Amino acid sequence: MIRPIDRRTFIVGGAAAGLTLASGALHRASAADPLKIGFIYVGPVGDFGWTHGHDLGRKAVEAKFGDLVKTTYVENVAEGPDAERVIRKLATDGNKLIFTTSFGYMEPTLKVAKAFPKVFFEHATGFKTAPNVAVYNSRFYEGRAVVGHLAGSLTKTGKIGYIASVPIPEVVMGINATAIWARKVRPDAEVKVVWINSWYDPGKEGDAAKALIDQGVDIITQHTDSPAPLQIAEQRGVLGVGQASDMKSFAPKAQLTAIVDEWGPYYIERAQAALDGTWKTSDTWHGLKEGFLSLAPYGDAVPAELRASADAIKAGIIDGSIHPFTGPIKDQKGEVKVADGAKLADGDLLGMNWYVEGVSA
Amino acid sequence: MALKIEARRQISTRMLYMTPFIAVAATVVAGFFLFMMLGADPFEALYVFFISPLETKYGLSELGVKAAPLIMIAIGLALGYRANIWNIGAEGQLTLGAVCGGAVALAFWEEQGLYILPLMALAGMAGGAAYAAIPAFLKTKFNVNEILTSLMLTYVATLFLAVLVFGPLKDPMGFNFPQSRMFSDSATLPIIWEETRLHIGFVVALLAAVAGWVLLTRSIIGFQIRTLGSAPAAARYAGFDRTRLTWFCLMLTGALAGLAGTFEVAGPIGQLVPNISPGYGFTAIIVAFLGRLHPLGIIASGLLMALSYMGGENAQINLSLPQAVTGVFQGMLLFFLLASDFLVRYRVRRVKPLAEGV
Amino acid sequence: MNIDTLLPMLLTVIAAATPLLLAAIGELVTEKSGVLNLGVEGMMLVGAVIAFAVTVGTGSAILGIIAAAFAGIALSLVFGLLTLTLMANQVATGLALTIFGIGVSSLIGSSYIGTPVEKLAVLHIPGLSDIPVLGPLLFGHDILVYASVAITVLVAWFLKSSRAGLILRAVGESDLSAHSIGYDVIKVRYLAVMFGGLCSGIAGAYLSLSYTPMWVEGMTAGRGWIALALVAFASWRPWRVLGGAYIFGGVTILQLYLQGAGGIGIPAQVMNMLPYLATIIVLTVISAGPWRGRLDAPACLGKPFRPAS
Repeated sequence: MIRPIDRRTFIVGGAAAGLTLASGALHRASAADPLKIGFIYVGPVGDFGWTHGHDLGRKAVEAKFGDLVKTTYVENVAEGPDAERVIRKLATDGNKLIFTTSFGYMEPTLKVAKAFPKVFFEHATGFKTAPNVAVYNSRFYEGRAVVGHLAGSLTKTGKIGYIASVPIPEVVMGINATAIWARKVRPDAEVKVVWINSWYDPGKEGDAAKALIDQGVDIITQHTDSPAPLQIAEQRGVLGVGQASDMKSFAPKAQLTAIVDEWGPYYIERAQAALDGTWKTSDTWHGLKEGFLSLAPYGDAVPAELRASADAIKAGIIDGSIHPFTGPIKDQKGEVKVADGAKLADGDLLGMNWYVEGVSA
Repeated sequence: MALKIEARRQISTRMLYMTPFIAVAATVVAGFFLFMMLGADPFEALYVFFISPLETKYGLSELGVKAAPLIMIAIGLALGYRANIWNIGAEGQLTLGAVCGGAVALAFWEEQGLYILPLMALAGMAGGAAYAAIPAFLKTKFNVNEILTSLMLTYVATLFLAVLVFGPLKDPMGFNFPQSRMFSDSATLPIIWEETRLHIGFVVALLAAVAGWVLLTRSIIGFQIRTLGSAPAAARYAGFDRTRLTWFCLMLTGALAGLAGTFEVAGPIGQLVPNISPGYGFTAIIVAFLGRLHPLGIIASGLLMALSYMGGENAQINLSLPQAVTGVFQGMLLFFLLASDFLVRYRVRRVKPLAEGV
Repeated sequence: MNIDTLLPMLLTVIAAATPLLLAAIGELVTEKSGVLNLGVEGMMLVGAVIAFAVTVGTGSAILGIIAAAFAGIALSLVFGLLTLTLMANQVATGLALTIFGIGVSSLIGSSYIGTPVEKLAVLHIPGLSDIPVLGPLLFGHDILVYASVAITVLVAWFLKSSRAGLILRAVGESDLSAHSIGYDVIKVRYLAVMFGGLCSGIAGAYLSLSYTPMWVEGMTAGRGWIALALVAFASWRPWRVLGGAYIFGGVTILQLYLQGAGGIGIPAQVMNMLPYLATIIVLTVISAGPWRGRLDAPACLGKPFRPAS
């Protein structure tokens, strides 16, 4: 299951024609005529990972607007031929705002959007927009910089494990952010990557964690969806970082923090815009500052002074004084890819397909 | 008075046509209680499941879009299963077909011409057949079980596709995202019903079914396949070449699955992506058996299976039922359909207790 | 690679192989009686969720395992009713059972998402478990790991040496002859199908209580299918099922360790292909080698029993 990724800062299709509001305001008569909002998910809502996070966002919208909205979701829709039909069905059924929450829904979303110019579409992690298609994603790498700092500070062996799903830029970006920030505090730190080529296979994720721990890794981070790696960390007495949700219940001692997906505020904002008739297409790539992700409360394994320094990094990222990808950054061969003091541009980040020094993959 | 189960002397033709309706009726009754238990309005639920997908032109067309690959693959599988060749790796053959057909589309990306689609179809069939040739070779040469090889190769195929779309076939303008370019118009299947996604592949699937029927009933190889399945000993005495039949069935299935894969990427998807099939290769196994391994039955079962998936989607959208419920319901529908086969071969008769009769 | 790195790796292999072995050995018995049940994945999932729910509810993992076994049996009885009593097609019914099982498990499991459960305890055997190296390797596991090996031993003995096993094989090889000399073919097959359900249920319990002690939807991630393939890999021989499960698990784990060791310049996707390719190659070598035996696929596999009447 391929799912996430990114955005780009250009607009595909009808750029000139349609920067105006797609269709003008939505006319809503009364609360008896709620705004229908549809969601399409790539996994089951019970995955406790990616899809679970989006469904929490959906519930937040319901909680906020009550009778003003009616939400619907379809889960486990494979990327491929089925996606277009489901998205179209959601549009036909009167959903005026539709969130398509996986990268592989990009082309189907655009196709359906063309046929339903009055319906607003929101595509997660894609890079193509249209007058009625907005894209959004989260700067997960900002959280990973803080995680890198924690991991670099706490590792005894200098080896940090990274269980990775599929080699798309978003995942590479996360690996690199972790390595760069770990090496700022522990210059010899090594990030060992194991790819499992799946977003979701608890058994294999756990096995990868075991393989890493057996090879001297004492901090486990992951870019896969289940709490299995963290559980293994707990069992083996090493430390780990949760993914997508606060996974502390699965690893009360081991979890340092978790990178928590926070789609709720964005979904609420966009639903509000649709309700107000002010919705327009946009390309949103927000991070810690805007609350697209958060870090779960630090675990007991994080000492007070480390909490302070981690919070300082977080604060720096939020106020803009810190950019996680600030030069000098060297690649694995030692070549300087980002000059001293320069910041890696969003465009380069989004297509990242090289590893920084210290990554072993 | 008691009930007695009795084998029919010959299978009941009337029941053959009746049973699907009996099964659907039973599912409706059972579904009624299931939905009631889960707090959904059973009438509405059943309506959404079975009728709503068929109400619109778009719904009808999508039925064809979804059924086409199922029918095409199931035709090939059915011939193999009749000859006791257990290819369960059609999903992998589909994937390889999509890869080969898609590679042709990308190679001719800047060209235009009517020759591109036929070339893609040929490449897809060749790819699927070549992939099915691996189990065929191992089976005929080393007697390696095809259940294992064909299934394992399915996982390999998915990873192979990943290697390509993460690497050489990825869109050069796609910011390192794992997908190819969108195919050119010349590499996209013609639509046979305006404003829908229904493509020429549906017609090809129907033709494949008819061809399969002719092959099975009118040709020598069809006769050999039927004999091999129903009377292996007779087939041996008659000197049928088992090796040749194994090759034939596997290659044919592979070619059809490969063609279905090419049609998916050249039709509804329009590019190579890491996930091409939502399990068509596996679902087609059910379709083949639901259609009683008969090419024309497979058309019906393919459409029914497609309907049940679409009904499931609609139930999620219109009734907010979780997918789990639609899975349970779909499972029940299949159980009833399969169980009703019993009525074709057997009948239940009332018999008088022995004491009275004597 | 020294013993200090090899030992934990072997332990990881054992954990990865156990659910495959449990499910496959049950399916082997089912298939030996001439019945092909493709519903292993569905039965495992239901076993996993029931084991989890009962363990959380009662606090007893043993009750959870027992409940999972019964859940597996219950699902297998649905399969038996359809295929044995009503003579429905086995392949299609098995696949339908998987669809059904996936649905049922996620219905039951929806309220358990995000709930942790205590990992199944290791059976500590005083003295033995403390021996260096061999202690943890042989005597440092939970009850289901021992059960998987014990069941394999029992099944091997049962099929080879017991009278009941002989009858089971006879039913699988030639149902009509077995019937004509007075054995109740349907009853034997029901029992075999139920045993398969029991083992699949326990395999699911191993997933949700020990391997990854949690419930998430679809957590089997295709292991039921691998188990099915392993039965064919083993040419329907119990010891080879054990070998197959450990080879498959072993190569899966090995490639993860190789990646962790810094990789060897091979794309990760290719590394992930290795377990599948390895099983094909090993089976080919076995099938082609000088020690090739007669193919042990039961002659009646997948065919309904229809006594002439």
